[in-house]
Amino acid sequence: MIIELGHYCLALVLTISLFQFMIPALGVRFNSNSLMKSSFITAYLSFILILLSFFSLVYAYITSDFSVSLVAKNSHSLKPLIYKISGVWGNHEGSLLLWVLILTFYSAAVALLGRKLPLKLISLVLSCQGLIASAFISFILFTSNPFIRLFFPEVEGEGFNPILQDFGLAIHPPFLYLGYVGLSVTFSFSIAALLVGKVDTIWVKWVRPWTLIAWVFLTIGIALGSWWAYRELGWGGWWFWDPVENASFMPWLAATALLHSSIVAEKRDTLKAWTILLAIIAFSFSLLGTFIVRSGVLISVHSFASDPSRGLYILMLLIFFTGGALLLFAKKASHLKSGSLFQPLSREGALVINNIIFASAAATVLLGTLYPIFIDAINNSKVSVGPPYFEAVFIPLMVPAILLCAFSPMLSWKRAKLENIMERIVAVFLCSIILTSILVFIYNGSASAFLGVFLGFWLILGTIYEFIMKVGIKISFKKFINRSLNLPRSAYGMSLAHIGVAIFVIGVTVSSAWRIDIEQPITIGDKVIINNIELNFLSVNNVNGPNWIAERGMFEVLQKDKNKEFLYPERRFYPASQVNTSEPAIMSNYIFDLYIVLGESINNDKSYTLRVYYSPFLNWIWFGIACMALGGILSLTDRKHRLGYTIKINSATVNK
Amino acid sequence: MKKIYSSLPLVFFFILVIFFFRQLILKEDPSELPSVLIDKSLPIIKLEKLAEYKLFNRENLLMLKEPSLINVWSSWCAPCKVEHEFLLAMSAKYNIKIFGINYKDDKKDAMKVLKLSGNPFYAIGRDEDGIQSINLGVYGVPETFVIDANGNIRYRHVGPILEYDMKNTILPILNSIK
Repeated sequence: MIIELGHYCLALVLTISLFQFMIPALGVRFNSNSLMKSSFITAYLSFILILLSFFSLVYAYITSDFSVSLVAKNSHSLKPLIYKISGVWGNHEGSLLLWVLILTFYSAAVALLGRKLPLKLISLVLSCQGLIASAFISFILFTSNPFIRLFFPEVEGEGFNPILQDFGLAIHPPFLYLGYVGLSVTFSFSIAALLVGKVDTIWVKWVRPWTLIAWVFLTIGIALGSWWAYRELGWGGWWFWDPVENASFMPWLAATALLHSSIVAEKRDTLKAWTILLAIIAFSFSLLGTFIVRSGVLISVHSFASDPSRGLYILMLLIFFTGGALLLFAKKASHLKSGSLFQPLSREGALVINNIIFASAAATVLLGTLYPIFIDAINNSKVSVGPPYFEAVFIPLMVPAILLCAFSPMLSWKRAKLENIMERIVAVFLCSIILTSILVFIYNGSASAFLGVFLGFWLILGTIYEFIMKVGIKISFKKFINRSLNLPRSAYGMSLAHIGVAIFVIGVTVSSAWRIDIEQPITIGDKVIINNIELNFLSVNNVNGPNWIAERGMFEVLQKDKNKEFLYPERRFYPASQVNTSEPAIMSNYIFDLYIVLGESINNDKSYTLRVYYSPFLNWIWFGIACMALGGILSLTDRKHRLGYTIKINSATVNK
Repeated sequence: MKKIYSSLPLVFFFILVIFFFRQLILKEDPSELPSVLIDKSLPIIKLEKLAEYKLFNRENLLMLKEPSLINVWSSWCAPCKVEHEFLLAMSAKYNIKIFGINYKDDKKDAMKVLKLSGNPFYAIGRDEDGIQSINLGVYGVPETFVIDANGNIRYRHVGPILEYDMKNTILPILNSIK
């Protein structure tokens, strides 16, 4: 019964969303305030009903109702509760419902915070959100309905892909979708701005924080996925340039560009058409990502739920929204009043270069990801594009971006003088070169390691220097503290995020340049020595989990002057889905990660294949990403970036 | 003039969509072997020698007169590292001859992998630019082909061979064509 109720709510929201799309649009056309105002009610109502619908599916999962086809296919009564809940979005149908839930949540939030916006603008935004919602709900109802019942209920579920049973992955999709779908808000705002025909201060003030929110969630979401791949896939790597990963990375690159271009739009009242285009592209990348992952046009090492017929539907959605938006852009963008021209050597000039770099980076990732499709179409052959391409193309693009990142905050707006900052640049450059040389010399690193570590130091030192200069020099310590406490939180946010990038770069460089891999057969009682760490293989025991059985190896880790530690890599077997997985054991601290995987047994249980990866500074990668996300959150709490920004004055001119 | 610039994104998008449509409408699952190759004789592939390892060419595969595997791998490919232990197991435990195609790889890196992790291959050939593998319909690495005693392609496996694949797909197929 509850499931039918959920189904009914979903179908009801399809109608409500269609109303949300049409009625405010008619209201704008005929200048009727009451029609326009209806968009608020429909936005709230859609969210509440979708929430009910979503919870009915969660209920079916928790109670293991195997008369529901989706639950029978993807769940199992023995699964731990948290994975029963995360199982709701661990499949195509349920994840789309989550997508729509988040979309209606954002619409309701925009409606709530945007009550005081010009009515015409906000109702066009909500109308656009309504159109997106109705398109996706009809997609769910007609091609991927999660509420279908089985004629003959199953007694037990078929289980659930065991490598997806992981805490990081359980919360990865909600974060990722909060990011993807968050970009729909800036998309809708851009459409509304194009329709109204002007981009004013309110528009810019809204776009920046909402982009920031989406960006923060996207950053966390991608990191969670990557963290999962690292701990679960047993390859010791954390990023594989796989189509699915690229699909989430492209919107992130576009959102990062958007974040920076909206600063220029806000501060200098220019670059507006470009900002609108970026907002359209960022959300289109989210749709494209959905298309790539779900349609099966590209194969991926961890794609799930691909189906060409669904692919056609998503392609239609993509054509409709992106094509429509770009058509609107082509027609209207030239009417937008463009702001003043500016000097290349200025803060805005540097931000434009940042935008060019990030847009090119997104384009190269897009090209690499879709290259197999192009080549297949052109000369009918199948190729794959591996990490060598991406590393060769992507890294050279990021080097100037990071070089720029350290000193562009030092440039002043409008017109900067190079000689004013030359002294600082030289100082930061020399310090970084010296520090890097010492480190790379001591630890015997390669040229690429030198470059990576240098970039990290350069960015950290440059950011700190810039921060100190902003507060002021040649003042007393007390005054310095006072002044720095008075700095806006967005200044802290930016510095923290940039330092996060630097920590990330150092983590990536050091963990790959000084990584040690060992793969060898091992028998109980043997020992392996890796970088002065002694690993003793003590025993193998059989253990039983809730829905798996496993062989658990026990390894003793001995380090000089440190307490003894133990690692327990497992080889699990999931009877429900008849799948074997390797659970790596990881010893992790701020200096290194020791990652061991117990492989297949050779010669009847006596010996095993052992893989050991020693990656120094690997945790710095996660720490750097956390700093970036925290920086974003810090900026969001700045008074200037309130989500519900309104201007009280001049409402008459805004409403015109 | 400005209008032309602002229509450029639309034009690019339109071109992209044409490619997507082609891919979708052809409904060619890229993970399935082009049907022309299944049950056909192994196409001619010319590979280069990798150091002291025995060279894989069509002749020494045909001379075997027993079912064998062709595995396409590379040192830069992470999934290959995962399946490596199962390739070792198949060659050591089940005495299956595996022919390796080293795909778009660096000579030194490839040799390092074989030295460090063990060599599961009966013979190896290098396909430096990846062109020879295209004859086999290789889409990416790793891929594995099951070849019968007469040198005909019987099955294609895309992606890493995990324990499950080894026990439930590859070994049964090899047994059935013995």
